[in-house]
Amino acid sequence: MVRKVFVLSEIVKVEKLKKYFPVQKSFLEQLFTRELSYVKAVDEVTFSIRSGEIFTLAGESGCGKTTAGRVIVRLLEPTSGKIHFNGADITQLKGEKIRLLRRRMQMIFQDPYASLNPRMKVGDAVGHPLEIHGLAKGEEKRKAVLDVLDKVGLTPPEQFINLHPHQLSGGQRQRVALARSVILKPGFIVADEPVSMIDVSLRTTIIDLMLSFRKELGLTYLFITHDLAVAKYISNRIAIMYLGKIVEMCQKESLFLNPMHPYTQALLSAIPVPNPKRERKRIELTGEIPSAIDIPTGCRFHPRCSYRTDKCSEKEPQLIEVEKDHFVACHLMK
Amino acid sequence: MPLLEVGSLTVDYPTSRGTIRAVEDISFSLRKGETLGLAGESGSGKSTLGLSIIRLVPYPGVIVKGHIKIDETDILKLPEDEMRFIRGRKAAYIFQDPMTSLNPVKKIGAHFVELIRTHEPSTGKEEAFERSKTVVENLGILSERINDYPHQFSGGMRQRIMIGLAIALNPGLVIADEPTTALDVIVQAKILDLLESLRKIYGMALILISHDLSIILERCDRIIVMYAGRIFEYATSTEIHKTSKHPYTQGLLQSIPNIELSDQRLAAIPGSPPNMLDPPKGCRFWPRCSYAMKICRVKEPDLIDVGRNHFVRCFLYGEEGVRVERNRKS
Repeated sequence: MVRKVFVLSEIVKVEKLKKYFPVQKSFLEQLFTRELSYVKAVDEVTFSIRSGEIFTLAGESGCGKTTAGRVIVRLLEPTSGKIHFNGADITQLKGEKIRLLRRRMQMIFQDPYASLNPRMKVGDAVGHPLEIHGLAKGEEKRKAVLDVLDKVGLTPPEQFINLHPHQLSGGQRQRVALARSVILKPGFIVADEPVSMIDVSLRTTIIDLMLSFRKELGLTYLFITHDLAVAKYISNRIAIMYLGKIVEMCQKESLFLNPMHPYTQALLSAIPVPNPKRERKRIELTGEIPSAIDIPTGCRFHPRCSYRTDKCSEKEPQLIEVEKDHFVACHLMK
Repeated sequence: MPLLEVGSLTVDYPTSRGTIRAVEDISFSLRKGETLGLAGESGSGKSTLGLSIIRLVPYPGVIVKGHIKIDETDILKLPEDEMRFIRGRKAAYIFQDPMTSLNPVKKIGAHFVELIRTHEPSTGKEEAFERSKTVVENLGILSERINDYPHQFSGGMRQRIMIGLAIALNPGLVIADEPTTALDVIVQAKILDLLESLRKIYGMALILISHDLSIILERCDRIIVMYAGRIFEYATSTEIHKTSKHPYTQGLLQSIPNIELSDQRLAAIPGSPPNMLDPPKGCRFWPRCSYAMKICRVKEPDLIDVGRNHFVRCFLYGEEGVRVERNRKS
């Protein structure tokens, strides 16, 4: 169960964030047209993450949730928009300053088979951030590494410190990745699908570890997932993305009790429920997600929406506060 | 008469570091039109079991023991050229990855025509093509798209085509191995709905293999829970949902988040699945089991009947385990 946390301030604030990727063209196409086309992965997204909370970006593949996370930790350059971290504008930071920023902002990646260097021993991988930032070395570093490995449940740590990633299971690797991300005691972690490649029986341990680190280090998480059942378990607030935009954003309780956007409603109705007796009404969506290069006019969701009106294809709805702390981008809302 | 009968099936993978027994002594049967879910974590042997049923266990795997009867014929005794005609016509397999299971240089129609004409050489090209069109339409795809190449379809559409290829010859049994794992929830729901409606139209039996117990509980009549190559529990979905017996099944059920519960507490199963080169002695689950008793470490429990067609492999049930515990205490 996620405990209610007193919200003091916003740790991350994202304003009108855009990330467009130019589309590679063939030689002939380049000759005949000047116009560039773009994959609009993230298209004017605005939200803020409150200190101490777990904020989730959820949506189907291609909705831009991962890109948004990567732009926020400055692994990708934003096309436009602003990112504030602890009140400071970090959108334009470069070089050395980004390196310093990473001490306070870390990331956990989806695939623990790819995110760990196969030639680095566990101890070296986990201790590397301390070295990069010149915080500890030698015996001091070793102690810090043993301590954090113990906390993520890789016991006895003296044994794990000398293993290579290939000697670990997927769950153990993700623990190493988690240990590496918290060893600097950052204030903010972006966790991109940290449990989606791990067996169900082991997922809960990783999630529980994340929650215990939040308490211990006062961490704030941006959690990125396609799995709304996991999102419901872990988050305080959830934002649903569709084709680069947030369509609904609210406290998790209201999202599941009172989903307002037609896309959210369809998404929730498609989630399997572990109950053979349950008769469920499924909201059918026509067609598939359009390409992010050729985004529909007006509301991006209108070609698949059963409530659409003429207005929907003409004017793009803004994300407005419909109820307290419940934001929806849909013309159906007043 | 069951459509499929699997008896004491055992599959080994000999490797340079030792032999892995991926599937051990598995028996079950399936009637016409029934749906069976195979649940288990990665490495539990569920895919190996699925592939054995059409005799496609990947190298170096070998079926070392047991029988598999489809319509009374023991397919393990058939020569390979006869087996080819079982696959597709009597039992078909839907593979996990729709992106790599279609031939990229062949149009969708050609996939169907080849399949139909291989199995029914007397069918003309035209006729096979027309039949393909009907199947494609049943999948919810416009029939003119039969002239497109695989890359022109999305992942969900390709999975539909894979399903179409599996049912094109109207087999009595379809085995779907994680058919929706690579897909998003909305597409997943659509694909599973499609499988269900086709199953009703064609009256086939379905084996659904998945690591996701929610899907299996939602879609299957009966469930086999596998662990380390063994059947741990075998019962109807309702039984598993209401009164699952095995600590492992209970652990799995407690570890899946349910969006319909408001204040759910998830619990993890401690430890991790065993190394199959050196599985634990006794019950394979005891190192992770919170109920483990002394006997669990030395002896492997049998799969016992606890009534209502509910089978479980655990010493907490049945006479022997309880007796041993009692003796120890007294």
